[in-house]
Amino acid sequence: MIEIKNLYKSFEQKEVLKNISKVFNKGETNLIIGRSGSGKTVLLKSIVGLHEIDRGQILYDNRDFTSMSTKLRKKLRREMGMVFQGGALFDSLTVEENIRFPLDMFSVLTPSEKQKQVDFCLERVNIADANKLSPSEISGGMKKRVAIARAIVMNPKYLFCDEPNSGLDPETSLVIDELIHSITVDLQITTIINTHDMNSVMEIGDNILFISDGEMCWEGNRKDILHTENQKLQEFVFANKQYQRIRDDKINQ
Amino acid sequence: MKQTFNEIENLGVNSVGIVTVISIFMGGIITLQVAYNMTNPLLPTYLIGLGNRDTLILEFSSTILALIMAGKIGSNITSEIGSMKVTEQIDSLEIMGVNSASYLILPKIIAVVMMFPLLYILSVFFGLIGGMIVGPAVGAVTVTDYLNGVQYLFNPYYITFSLIKCLVFGFLIASISAFFGYTVEGGAFDVGSASTRAVVNTNIMILVWDLILTQLLL
Repeated sequence: MIEIKNLYKSFEQKEVLKNISKVFNKGETNLIIGRSGSGKTVLLKSIVGLHEIDRGQILYDNRDFTSMSTKLRKKLRREMGMVFQGGALFDSLTVEENIRFPLDMFSVLTPSEKQKQVDFCLERVNIADANKLSPSEISGGMKKRVAIARAIVMNPKYLFCDEPNSGLDPETSLVIDELIHSITVDLQITTIINTHDMNSVMEIGDNILFISDGEMCWEGNRKDILHTENQKLQEFVFANKQYQRIRDDKINQ
Repeated sequence: MKQTFNEIENLGVNSVGIVTVISIFMGGIITLQVAYNMTNPLLPTYLIGLGNRDTLILEFSSTILALIMAGKIGSNITSEIGSMKVTEQIDSLEIMGVNSASYLILPKIIAVVMMFPLLYILSVFFGLIGGMIVGPAVGAVTVTDYLNGVQYLFNPYYITFSLIKCLVFGFLIASISAFFGYTVEGGAFDVGSASTRAVVNTNIMILVWDLILTQLLL
């Protein structure tokens, strides 16, 4: 479980995140949604410590990340996995080497045990046959899968995904969503996903936080979202004509 | 350790070719220039070899080579680290709990500091070969006189002095370039700008330290 309490973050004079509090549960896909530029990525990067927050608290299973020493933070980060928007794969390494990288850096496993773990992760994300390719030789969807495999190779307790579906076609997006959701449930980890993809929201949104202009506007789950009275959330959700039609059909019924 | 050896190969061994070519031409041109300026027929021609040797050892194979390497190695370091920064690969290392600065920059500094003195020795050698080819080819000096000049009044301290300069220049090239790469923000355009700034700043610092070290050590 990850809990954030009264979180504030600003860049120079501009306040980007204002008083955000939220509990992200274990075994659920927790989504942070909002328009582009609403502060989602800043919030996610603040939670993992890539941005230092101005005020507030971030608790990982009641361990206060904000007051931790650098050494303890590094130790805690080994319990995290993160999928970046562009994949952030290391260009100089093959797919397999990318996935093995965290194991080579931190694990005490034997080479054969490492290989077994890498093969398991490759199979988990369905790219076992791409292991010898370099990141420049694979598609965007495959890059996301490799990034997910690398993020879970150390058996993390916390998984963070920054716009995992950006730039992907709807079918591949669905596959990636289902993959992240099944990993979350199977491994019982705390997953936080940044997205503005409404399909993802409706597919895997167990616990949703909507932010607008850096402020927390709404929280709930995918069942609640279509019935929301929140004006800003309605504008966000029903900007999509398909969801407008679903809402209108329900009203007509 | 493995990373350091990779960098030694990437930044050092892969520079051998260009250092060889540059040094042969450098030695040949210095030989021609010295010969052109020796208008007094009373001056012995072996001084051409001596002039080429001391110019290469004291300045060209260290400072000029450092300026050229700042362009080759320096821009490579800045663009590599800068690209990793803007594509979130450095953030990715940090999330894994890796000290990204130490992991990425330290092996490069070690590699360049270790390899630059070796490239300097290679440059002196090929510079002298270049002079030995060009001098006799244009009829300015015989091979025997040239080789006599190369060995005449040799002061080994000049090599020590230049090796110290090489260590300092190697550190400057790797650290300044890495700094500009690591602190880049934005996209591809900003990586290009950072590479240019890195090379300009490294060149200036090389010349400043050349002046300081020459005053202190010679």
